[in-house]
Amino acid sequence: MNPGTLKQILLITDGCSNQGDDPVAMAALAKEQGISVNVIGVMEQDVIDENGMREIEEISMAGGGISQVVYAQALSQTVQMVTKKAMTQTLQGVVNKELQQILGGTKTVEDLPPEKRGEVMEVVDELGETVQLEVLILVDTSASMKHKLPTVKEALLDLSLSLNARSGDNRFSVFVFPGKKKDVEKLLDWTPQLESLTSIFPKLTTGGITPTGPAIREALSHFKKKRSLRSLLSRDDEEYYEESM
Amino acid sequence: MMMKNTMKSLCKVNPGTVIEGKWHQNRYRIIKEIGFGANGVVYLAQTGTKDVALKMSDNSMSVTSEVNVLKAFAKVQGSTLGPSLVDVDDWEHRGGKVSFYVMEYIKGPDFLTFIQQKGKTWVTVLVLQLLNDLAVLHDKGWVFGDLKPENLIVMGPPPRIRCIDVGGTTLQGRAIKEFTEFYDRGYWGLGSRKAEPSYDLFAVAMIIINTEYPKRFNKNSGGISELKGYIKQSKLLLEFEDIIMSALQGKYQSAREMRLAIIDKMSTPSKPSVGSRQKSTSGTVRSNHTSKKRKVHSSHYRISGWIETILIVSIISFLYMIYIFGQVY
Repeated sequence: MNPGTLKQILLITDGCSNQGDDPVAMAALAKEQGISVNVIGVMEQDVIDENGMREIEEISMAGGGISQVVYAQALSQTVQMVTKKAMTQTLQGVVNKELQQILGGTKTVEDLPPEKRGEVMEVVDELGETVQLEVLILVDTSASMKHKLPTVKEALLDLSLSLNARSGDNRFSVFVFPGKKKDVEKLLDWTPQLESLTSIFPKLTTGGITPTGPAIREALSHFKKKRSLRSLLSRDDEEYYEESM
Repeated sequence: MMMKNTMKSLCKVNPGTVIEGKWHQNRYRIIKEIGFGANGVVYLAQTGTKDVALKMSDNSMSVTSEVNVLKAFAKVQGSTLGPSLVDVDDWEHRGGKVSFYVMEYIKGPDFLTFIQQKGKTWVTVLVLQLLNDLAVLHDKGWVFGDLKPENLIVMGPPPRIRCIDVGGTTLQGRAIKEFTEFYDRGYWGLGSRKAEPSYDLFAVAMIIINTEYPKRFNKNSGGISELKGYIKQSKLLLEFEDIIMSALQGKYQSAREMRLAIIDKMSTPSKPSVGSRQKSTSGTVRSNHTSKKRKVHSSHYRISGWIETILIVSIISFLYMIYIFGQVY
């Protein structure tokens, strides 16, 4: 079984969007294209308001991903855990679909007796270890995020440490919103390592609006760009499109 | 899907509730909650008159994953590190389905509480037990992953260290499934998160450090120098400095190697040792060259033995050469 490349958007924010497209709709659009959207809400002493909380949940639900609201200190643990959980979730979806083809009907792993599930889980584990993964990270750089950015940087380095312990390939790309001139700005193009963030992050300026929707839209087109470039190199590249799980 | 409070509510059951499995029809009466983590809730339960631990989760795959590990543990003969598996099943209630598994109930204080009650003397004993179990586990191709004092329970008497959470146990060569930052070498910038024996040994070293800093400490710059600073501030840790440092830097290839180094240290009477009865045998003339200590221990039979061997080998080769010459000419 080859699930192709897993694609994820990881959104790190501390509040509500206030400009441009509806981020929930953009997340739903991402899901349709086989890209899951995970959202992490970062709190410090301040608590994220109810609207922000609701939006975070709605984006991840529409995007077929996972959301978690955490204090800044727990960010590293959470970022790697959410990413891995989302991977497992998607892979379970893939395996479930495969099972349905074999067993027929709407049977899932959960309908198997517990003794049989073990073997299925081993397949999921194996895939999680070897599958190719692409994570596009969207970092909210609105004014209130300013003092949280060093923690975000730590968490992203930690993420690359966790994922690079796998035998499968990883590719990361980092965007910030709002950017210096535009709503969304590319900080780092597809790369297997995130170390270069160490030098880029301290120079980031924060401030202004929170255009979460446009940021997700830009992220989607960045996945596309890479895809067309790769088709030029005529590598056989199986795409996995996640349908509604 | 969210990892929010849905699990808590589905898995929250009151004492006295009877859980009946859908597949095997075994019945378990809930006594009380004894643990709560990211992947589920653990209850003390009774089946018949037997106490068991029952872990529930709405994520059947995380249950399956842990059950897989427990089954693998059962195959590891001679290792009693993890709890033994009793049952796996689903429980249908309130229109939902909860997966659960039942395991041996491991009763006792956790590692740090035990040390607090019984004294620091026990640190070495428990660490030696732990390393022994890890050695067996590593031999079978696994790495424990999420080693930390909260996951270590001391049963007894006689005191015996056991591990209660196997969620982090990973096949060697893969990425560690679960970890806790303080005990994770990646967090301190001292290695990868690939499952290899040295990953567990790092955690063991941090557990030893933890006994002197029960409240743990936060990372500043990370790296070996920061941890060394904490070791230097404690008398107990200083005594084992070379061993702890080697484990932190991934210099031990196996749990056995680290275990031997500790045993070796305990039998060296040069410093007042913590708690162990000192053996006054061969240890007195050992050099202070720390990295070689282990080798000195294993080649117990001294240099005279070596000279003897070399002499015999050279005589035999000499005779053989003469024989060959005789054959040729």
